[in-house]
Amino acid sequence: MDDMQHIDIVGDYSEVVMQYFDGSRRRVLVTNNETPMPDGRLIVSRTDPEGIITHVNDSFVDMSGFNRDELIGQPHYILRHPDMPAIAFKGLWQTLLEEGKKWHGYVKNLRKDGGFYWVYATVIANVRNNQVVGFTSVRRKPSRRKVEEAEALYKIL
Amino acid sequence: MTYNFTVSPDFNPSYLSGWFIFNTWLQRQTGEAIHLDLYDDFDLQRQAIAEDKFDLIYANPYDASVLVREKDFVPIACPAGKSDEAVIVVAADSDINTVEDLPVGLRIAATKDPDVNMMCMIMLEPADLDRNNTTTQHRDTYVLLAKDLIRGEADVGFFLEETYNKLSRIVKSQLKPLVQSQIQVINHVLLLGPALQHRQSEIQQALLDMATTPVGQSLLESLSFTAWAKVEPEDTEFMIDLMDTLET
Repeated sequence: MDDMQHIDIVGDYSEVVMQYFDGSRRRVLVTNNETPMPDGRLIVSRTDPEGIITHVNDSFVDMSGFNRDELIGQPHYILRHPDMPAIAFKGLWQTLLEEGKKWHGYVKNLRKDGGFYWVYATVIANVRNNQVVGFTSVRRKPSRRKVEEAEALYKIL
Repeated sequence: MTYNFTVSPDFNPSYLSGWFIFNTWLQRQTGEAIHLDLYDDFDLQRQAIAEDKFDLIYANPYDASVLVREKDFVPIACPAGKSDEAVIVVAADSDINTVEDLPVGLRIAATKDPDVNMMCMIMLEPADLDRNNTTTQHRDTYVLLAKDLIRGEADVGFFLEETYNKLSRIVKSQLKPLVQSQIQVINHVLLLGPALQHRQSEIQQALLDMATTPVGQSLLESLSFTAWAKVEPEDTEFMIDLMDTLET
């Protein structure tokens, strides 16, 4: 995945090099600009079993700041914000694949312009003929209280 | 043999005759006897579905998931360009102007439409409201929800957007929408039960061709549709997965 570009960033930013679970690295540029999730919107995406994005709805495109073409074919961790500790996602694969349950969590996502948006995310495995063929993720607007709780928790993890 | 057809009870009453005309058209197209059985009660219809009484169902997304996964129904078509959206409505003179204004102890008026209720409860989450700190009074029709709001007997009402938009101008002037969903990917779908699946390709093609003739167009208008769009089983599986993510 390509590094983030200075030209895309809006406002003052800091630079962080992120390392992902598959060993790949990427330079991300982050600002303190929050884009509030609009009421009533649901961000929907779908990935293949390897976590590569195959489908996004209009709300995903709008909130992420990317074009649809820039998202399809990319790993879902293109949205991973450096403030999200790896441990927050630790139970995701175990919950989805081993226990066959839904995964829920409060997540700070990274935008293309370096800003961020908070969501309450739910992920489910798409099972067809007893095979996992992908994952569906739906993200919705969390309450401010829940965001503040998550923010405080993630700082100490 | 007579087949049985039903429509999700959340259809707008002004399209009642449209569904009977559609059923007559369907019988002519298939040469089969098809009986249309309409319900205004979700529980009664669900009970009839559980008893395997239907062979053709125009189902809301929630019921579609049960029909596909548990009753071996097959999706064949959906209204082109339409998605199911919900709207939370308050009285026009209410002090409530944003979701965050909504208080604990909120009085909700709702039908038993499962999709609308699920979408609207999700839209209350930013105010930290859920089933445990709100009360819900169920009504049989959306018109009764509007009356509850106008009389001050409920703080918010949960409406299917299309149905809210079809309320009379006088009623709507006494109400205001607070928040509307923009989910974009959930919709009603027409499903065939196992007994009719040997006619699947013919019925599906007849539906897709409807918009190409003046008679078909007029019939579609009576349902407020512009055309039927083809639905592949995977389209519905995707929608069902999405519904699963939303259920609490």
